[in-house]
Amino acid sequence: MDKEIKRAIILDNYQNPINKGLKKDDSYILKNTNNESCIDNIDMMMKAENGVIKDILFDGEACAICTSATSIIIKSLIGKTLDEAEKIITNYQDMINEKDYDKDLLGELIVYEDICMQPNRKKCALLPSNAVEKILEVIRNEKK
Amino acid sequence: MNRDDFPILKDGVIYFDNGATTLKPNCVVNEMVNYYTKYTSNIHRGDYDNAMKTNEVYDKVREIVKDFINAKDIREIVYTSGATESINLVAFGFFKKYLKKDDEVLINKAEHASNVLPWLVLEKEIGIKVKYIPLDENHELTIDNIEKTITDKTKVISVAHISNVIGDVRNIDEIGKICKSKNIYFVVDAAQSISHYKIDVEKSNISFLAFSGHKMMGPTGVGILYGKKDLLEKTDPLKYGGGMNQSFESNGDYILKTTPIKFEAGTPPIAEVIGLGEAIKFIKSIGIEKIHDYELKLKEYMVEELSKIPNIILYNKNSKSGILAFNVEGVFSQDTSVYLNHYNIAIRAGNHCAKILKDDLEIKNTCRVSLCLYNTKEEIDVLVKALKNSKDIFKVVI
Repeated sequence: MDKEIKRAIILDNYQNPINKGLKKDDSYILKNTNNESCIDNIDMMMKAENGVIKDILFDGEACAICTSATSIIIKSLIGKTLDEAEKIITNYQDMINEKDYDKDLLGELIVYEDICMQPNRKKCALLPSNAVEKILEVIRNEKK
Repeated sequence: MNRDDFPILKDGVIYFDNGATTLKPNCVVNEMVNYYTKYTSNIHRGDYDNAMKTNEVYDKVREIVKDFINAKDIREIVYTSGATESINLVAFGFFKKYLKKDDEVLINKAEHASNVLPWLVLEKEIGIKVKYIPLDENHELTIDNIEKTITDKTKVISVAHISNVIGDVRNIDEIGKICKSKNIYFVVDAAQSISHYKIDVEKSNISFLAFSGHKMMGPTGVGILYGKKDLLEKTDPLKYGGGMNQSFESNGDYILKTTPIKFEAGTPPIAEVIGLGEAIKFIKSIGIEKIHDYELKLKEYMVEELSKIPNIILYNKNSKSGILAFNVEGVFSQDTSVYLNHYNIAIRAGNHCAKILKDDLEIKNTCRVSLCLYNTKEEIDVLVKALKNSKDIFKVVI
């Protein structure tokens, strides 16, 4: 993907992120996640029914990379099964961490494939995926 | 000024993060290297030449610090690991013993975590009340608001001399007078002011003063607690071990040494103490008033230039120190900071450890430029130029 297109997608998701703003609803699972070494701090809440992700919301203060990644992750996960979501998140994390990953699973998230060129931004890009992981773990434990 | 003393500047970095830590001049580093390469030895225990030399150099620094802040006695100067440990020692070694339930400690919302959390812990542990002196519309601490907040139960006022985000210089002479007249202990966190502003602990009637070496062009890992001698005598150590005891017996009896040695258990950061002494000599060789005047002029220039850029929000134009908090409108502070790094400009983005200031500023995160004597107008021009081009910010950071 062309660098300009990548930048435009990131910027659009930063300036107009999807589903920003939380709500009071006990059917959602809420988790906070923040980077100890920087100032990104986001809350994310997810609702799943019958193993399918129905909705994800977020709020918080974070940089362009972190906010946009949160927005794109939310778009990528809504409507997916929990197993699919887990695969997407694992592949996304592998991409950011410069490991082998399956490009075809990532869709728009591919815009962060060069983020490893700026090592100090990797943690910004990873932050929302940590929130998703935490929530998926809660849901898995609830099922048991 | 004195840029040649700071070799790191030759690499072209524009270092505006002095509130976090300052650069170190050659003289500081060289003296530490001397200790490590020419006379390494422990203190207070050896009878050989190098040990005696170490003792002499190490002990001399207490004199240098005493003179620098106009303390009366070297026994009022305790070596610590930094301002944080100094304040913790005061809170838990002294005030935990002498404060009672409902006694009030006055702080304010612009304080650094290290001058908030120890008091919050004491509030939980022994039931003291932490009260916040209101800040004025410029987020500054005024004498008027201090006087209004004091009650019969106020036992401690603990404030930074210069706040680390707003950079307002608190009138410690006046606060000290108030404390004296009302029998209130006066604790001053001088971490941000010690190398920029003259401090006289006697004149300001300070009970306890805390500062760090690394924010005054000295090494990390060393700091000072000043305390009035009678208060330090009543203070308990937080660390026990070698060097600080007179004797101990198997039946459980022990006798501790007196202040300041009773607070300095274990092998101290010897090289760092030596470096701290050199840093103070360096500051004195230039003159602290001269340093302060120079930095303030630089800040005024920076404010003047940045005020001309429409999308720059300045939070503390008028404070009389080299600290400036700002944001680029609509840009998260960390993105600005990453952007400026592309110009080799080092600033800080975040809450600057003043996590409750957001209640007053109505914004959590800011960019902060904090100046030191080696900064120049030309460096500020580079910053101004970069921020003028800030419409390109996302082209650079994404």
